[in-house]
Amino acid sequence: MPMSTNPATNAIELRGVTKRFATPSGEVFTALRDLDMEVAPGEFCAVVGPTGCGKSTTLTLVSGLERASRGTVKVDGRPVSGITPGVGFMFQTDAVFPWKSVLDNVAAGPRFRGAGRRKANEAARDWLRRVGLAGFEDRYPHQLSGGMRKRVALAQSLINEPRVLLMDEPFSALDVQTRSIMSDELLALWEQTRPAVIFVTHDLEEAIALADKVIVLTAGPGRIKATFQINLPRPRKAQEIRFTDEFVALYSEIWEALRSEVETAYARSTTEVAP
Amino acid sequence: MTRAREAADTPRIDPAAMENLELDEPRPPRISRRVRRRLVLYVCRIALVVIVLGGWEIGVNTKHIDPFFWGQPSGVWRQLKTWITDGTAQGSLAEQILVTLQEAVYGFVIGVVLGVVLGIALGRNRFLSDLLSPFIKVANSIPRIVLGSLFSIAFGFGITSKVVLAVVLVFFGVFFNAFQGTREVDRNLLSNARILGASRWQTTRQVVLPSAFTWILASLHVSFGFALIGAVVGELLGADKGMGLLIRNAQNNFSPNGVLAGMVIIGVIALIAEGLITALENRLLRWRPPQTGGGDVNI
Repeated sequence: MPMSTNPATNAIELRGVTKRFATPSGEVFTALRDLDMEVAPGEFCAVVGPTGCGKSTTLTLVSGLERASRGTVKVDGRPVSGITPGVGFMFQTDAVFPWKSVLDNVAAGPRFRGAGRRKANEAARDWLRRVGLAGFEDRYPHQLSGGMRKRVALAQSLINEPRVLLMDEPFSALDVQTRSIMSDELLALWEQTRPAVIFVTHDLEEAIALADKVIVLTAGPGRIKATFQINLPRPRKAQEIRFTDEFVALYSEIWEALRSEVETAYARSTTEVAP
Repeated sequence: MTRAREAADTPRIDPAAMENLELDEPRPPRISRRVRRRLVLYVCRIALVVIVLGGWEIGVNTKHIDPFFWGQPSGVWRQLKTWITDGTAQGSLAEQILVTLQEAVYGFVIGVVLGVVLGIALGRNRFLSDLLSPFIKVANSIPRIVLGSLFSIAFGFGITSKVVLAVVLVFFGVFFNAFQGTREVDRNLLSNARILGASRWQTTRQVVLPSAFTWILASLHVSFGFALIGAVVGELLGADKGMGLLIRNAQNNFSPNGVLAGMVIIGVIALIAEGLITALENRLLRWRPPQTGGGDVNI
């Protein structure tokens, strides 16, 4: 796979992107409108916004699972058509294959891409070691805890060595402690291969702790409200960094931008539900 | 590998449970309670059988039930013994059983394969399912058992007409379950497979098929019963061997005991098949979390 060496090329680039869906009732729902966004190679970008603002939709567009209704989506300078090569995706709900053992789950990517069983298993063992699951190769997903299943999913994505990693609230189902542990491990793994990341989350603390850049989306249809550079030093420890003054200052600054959008979305959802 | 598995397995023993075991020996009473429950269950089951069969037998002896029409348990037993020791009018009993079993198994296997292949193909292909679904619905709603008459005209008294009838009966149940199972596959799993680099065929083989298997296996329990029905009805309509013919001859001789004895044998075959299918199911669905409530209730 040819790597783009031109530093001017963004890893991910969305220009004037609009995405409309037909709802089951036949109406047209606009998830995103005229969205511009770019992520540099190796940049960790977090996207926050109120419920239903199209955060997850941006990920499906970048991955090629869905096509934009208007505008262009480029990954490594090439327009997306079909599943984008070199992309990894971590889903909000468990998407590991429940009928495959942990080892087979992690080896699935290389196997799908034509690698031999021995080579794929070797790589899978290596990745299981890196995510701290050595010794669990023969288990089935239902025998693991939620956090362990997330590690499997992480290894499953990273084994393909993606240049772009898309994460859709991957840790939202975990309890708070497991979540901050997973954040640290994600950062440690990200440092090793440095893919460009779009990390969608509801949790502003998580976003600031992880990212180089936090993008705030408006209440749907989503467009960019503000972008914040997070210049906190790396390597970071997610649990500890939250108590630094810079973190607290950033938090209140970004929350200021986010709050009105959350309130708009909330007001809209309550009036819609009311008879 | 095995050492890794052993190491991984060790933490599964709950230390608290171990301590309990040593401290206040809760184990013997707990186990005996479960054993007692099962024992009571089995005794009650046997009692139920004794009451029904005994009541029937007593009803015959006290002339409340006419054995000329309804037979009687002791008569059924005698008929079975005669068949086993002296054979039947059309050859040994084993031969009849084997012929029927062969027809049922052929019909079952062919019907299941066709049902799974078509169910998944239509589940994966929108155009194909739009094209064929009205025909399949019509075919499903007609009483297919009547086709047995057609098949015995077309294929004769041999094994073929029974196998074809069994296939027709088995196919639809398996087909609808495979189709539904394919439609119900978790979207996230499909997306994940695509992003990991799976081709369409790999997705079908490694994601859709295992996911639909839960549905397909559920249909197999009923399907073997259908295969047996197809084989036996086919034989009733015209055959030179088999359990269906044995039952029809008993009917022609006004022997309700013979009809019932034939039913008992078919019932035993069905039970054994059910056990084999359950074993297959447990083997293929090892990846599933254990069902809540335990496997005690087998209906």
